[in-house]
Amino acid sequence: MALDNLTAELLPETWVDEHGDALFSYALSRLKNPASAEDVVQETLLAAIRSQQRFSGRSSVRTWLIGILKHKIVDLIRKETREQPLDEIETLDTTEEHFFDRKGHWRLKPVEWQEHPGKILEQKEFMAVLRSCLDHLPDRLHRLFVLRELENMETEEICKDLSITPTNLWVMLYRARMRLRGCLTENWFEKGI
Amino acid sequence: MLTCKDVSKLVSESLEHELPLRQRLAVRLHLMMCSLCRKYQRQTLLLRELFRRIIRSEDDPSYSRQHLTEATRERIKMALLTGLE
Repeated sequence: MALDNLTAELLPETWVDEHGDALFSYALSRLKNPASAEDVVQETLLAAIRSQQRFSGRSSVRTWLIGILKHKIVDLIRKETREQPLDEIETLDTTEEHFFDRKGHWRLKPVEWQEHPGKILEQKEFMAVLRSCLDHLPDRLHRLFVLRELENMETEEICKDLSITPTNLWVMLYRARMRLRGCLTENWFEKGI
Repeated sequence: MLTCKDVSKLVSESLEHELPLRQRLAVRLHLMMCSLCRKYQRQTLLLRELFRRIIRSEDDPSYSRQHLTEATRERIKMALLTGLE
């Protein structure tokens, strides 16, 4: 019985229809470029077909595929980060000047956010705003933020992987959070929907 | 005395590692007096919470917010077929 289930599940020709959207959604929430997200889904399925015999059947096919996809995405982000030269972006960043005056006082004052986290996540419109705010992060901030908050990688691991110092990573995550906060305030919470 | 800018950085940093005691106290003192930074702190914590929830929602078997276009679907199927040969 268990074996029948297993063989029935392992029909690669059905994977695109059954799991394609889930894989694509997962990839698209972590990569800015939809074409890269499509590519990585395709690579994942190809890799899965080649290593079918390693599928243990202990988890669902979906979970197994997402596991492969995760690796592919992290590899891609790692590669892109290494290829992007550092210095120019960091000296050009104006996040702090945007939010604070020279004395370190708030220039753009935080306004109250009214909603409950569980509730806003159920709203399609909010998810769309969140995604567009994420996409508006500069590439480097976007990648580091995704590794930390969506892939849940530990700070030490990210630093080792990308050869950056913890201090550097903290600053980047800080800037990403400031920008996201500002973007959500402006495009969602202040709109009073 | 810490400025609001200092505090905003340290609040974010405190999500990554435990701050040294002196800094922790200084931040706490500032937050007691500054309602803007308190708002900022709540929102920064909420951001993390939002992403935690998003990750959890991805474990739901019915999860998929985005859809591959029919054309992409076909293209991938073709690639899988040729990739198998």
